[in-house]
Amino acid sequence: MPQNGRTLFDKVWSQHVVVPETDDTPAILYIDLHLIHEVTTPQAFSLLRERGLRVRRPDLTLGTMDHSTPTVPVRNFRDLAIVGEDAARQVGKMQENCKEFGLELHGFDSPNRGIVHVIGPELGATQPGKTIVCGDSHTSTHGAFGALAFGIGTTEVGHVLATQCLLQRKPKTLAIVIDGELQTGVSAKDLILATIGQIGVDGGTGHVIEYRGSAIRSLDMDGRMTVCNMSIEAGARAGMIAPDDTTFEYLRGRPRCPSGAAWEAALQRWRRLASDDDAHFDREVRVDGSALSPMVTFGTNPGMVVPVSDAVPDHGGDPSFRKALNYMQMEPGKAISDIAVDVVFVGSCTNSRLSDLQQAAGLLRGKKVASGVRMLVVPGSQQIKKQAEDAGLDEIFLAAGAEWRESGCSMCLGMNGDTVAAGKLSVSTSNRNFEGRQGVGARTVLASPLTAAASAIEGKVADPRKYLEANR
Amino acid sequence: MKPVTRISSRSVVLNVNDVDTDQIIPARFLTTTSRDGLGKNLFYDWRYAADGSLNDGFVLNDPQFANCRILVAGNNFGCGSSREHAPWALLDFGLQAVISTEIADIFRGNALKNGLLPVVVDPETHGWLVDHPAADLQIDVRDSSLTLPDGRKVHYPIDTFARFCLLEGVDQLGYLQNNEKAITEFEERRSWKP
Repeated sequence: MPQNGRTLFDKVWSQHVVVPETDDTPAILYIDLHLIHEVTTPQAFSLLRERGLRVRRPDLTLGTMDHSTPTVPVRNFRDLAIVGEDAARQVGKMQENCKEFGLELHGFDSPNRGIVHVIGPELGATQPGKTIVCGDSHTSTHGAFGALAFGIGTTEVGHVLATQCLLQRKPKTLAIVIDGELQTGVSAKDLILATIGQIGVDGGTGHVIEYRGSAIRSLDMDGRMTVCNMSIEAGARAGMIAPDDTTFEYLRGRPRCPSGAAWEAALQRWRRLASDDDAHFDREVRVDGSALSPMVTFGTNPGMVVPVSDAVPDHGGDPSFRKALNYMQMEPGKAISDIAVDVVFVGSCTNSRLSDLQQAAGLLRGKKVASGVRMLVVPGSQQIKKQAEDAGLDEIFLAAGAEWRESGCSMCLGMNGDTVAAGKLSVSTSNRNFEGRQGVGARTVLASPLTAAASAIEGKVADPRKYLEANR
Repeated sequence: MKPVTRISSRSVVLNVNDVDTDQIIPARFLTTTSRDGLGKNLFYDWRYAADGSLNDGFVLNDPQFANCRILVAGNNFGCGSSREHAPWALLDFGLQAVISTEIADIFRGNALKNGLLPVVVDPETHGWLVDHPAADLQIDVRDSSLTLPDGRKVHYPIDTFARFCLLEGVDQLGYLQNNEKAITEFEERRSWKP
């Protein structure tokens, strides 16, 4: 009898169907964890208020403030000066809304405040098999734990607040299989940039990705989060990785994780989530992990990417491509290593976790940021900030001439005053190199924390491998 | 939401691929706590030069395309962030439909929930539209068709439920609330609790 194998996605999806979809109506899907932040919620809370509705499950709702918040170091959070009246009003609204509706908010006085996609896993709220949403497209990050996690708009934020459910059509599945051992100096960031380069920024549209293969299995959780984080940059709302012992060891003992007998029961349930051997995916793509180099972007979307040792490619007459090169002031044929750098940003929900900071600090230790280069290091959460300081990483960054900041989204999207000036070139560990993303007229080159650190030292986009080999 | 049945307008063409939501409305305008009045920030960094003056070379600043309700855009329109401010800004500016060969998932969902119509057409039709700006077009939601000036009709895909909601002006939150009993039963019957 033929087997009907199910994918990780199929399993998580089917466990959350409240009402199945029909030709005429989408499925009603139950949401286990709703993460909220100050930017995409005020209009949703206004709607609740207009209609006299309550938040249905405050216990499944978790709030933080990250996008509009300043990262300038302060002794006391009361000294924080929010940049701009609108941003201050937005942060105030978030505090009011969470208070009025009885929601847990990790605000300025919480040691657990941080980027929403960093604190969910850190607190153990992100768990395998959960459905997780947030009004933020990088919610795909949480798929690293085998959760079905995706970004939603503000109208849907209102739906989840009021009903804990969403109307959803079942997406297709895309297996991205990455086998082979990553070479020294090649990290999760390079792997996902190369993958987006291969399938394109719309390669995952309409699909949920499952990342599979030995290169994925050998990544730690920080690396897996980096990979899943950028699923949306390939057009996929969600990216997932089957939970395994690496996942469970990360979660064990975290505050919001079950303990004792409940932990054992959860483990049993989580171990059954991985895709069956005979599971069917709508599409499959293979990437050779062992052939990958450190990758950097040269254009204005994350699919415009080349190995750091390469040159800027030719536009081949494509007007959109030419527009991107013009904006970036990139000449076809110019060596990537000749591109001068003004700013280096290490941070964002893609690469602001402890291991990211360790990698950047390891390469910077005993070295200086090149003259004329501004380097900003922004930890993903206040907890990571503390862990980094306990390990002395802040001193390495400061000694090198970098700035060490409070946590937040910061220069990834420049909503909080941390911006790159017009025309300046930033090597950034964030996720989007769109025009103006880091500031009006700013030019962004996406890279790994290692490549960012090497570029800070040289003042040019630099290959980190020579530093790693020298240290061996 | 007001019902959307039919959109008749001339087209304005922005044939750039992968127009992301940071272009549609830059992040620095997201500090608002309202959903109104975002049209003035639509495509801000393309519409305005660094000194705040109007960029005459940008198509939406061209007077001959004023009052066009239908935007013809390049492939993969609306990629990037989940900000619903993007469709809010397009609608507030006066646009009612976006035609492309592909429209990004989150943007498409957000657009439909606000009555901005995402219309995906084949490359040939798209090519014709790109070559013929200011074309008089009719988009009908009832039979999900786009009618070109020569009378040729092409059909575009749209989810049955989304179309129903557009035509009737149905509020999806109300639909979910009507399923309260099923939601409570689901919470009670599940074998594990989040």
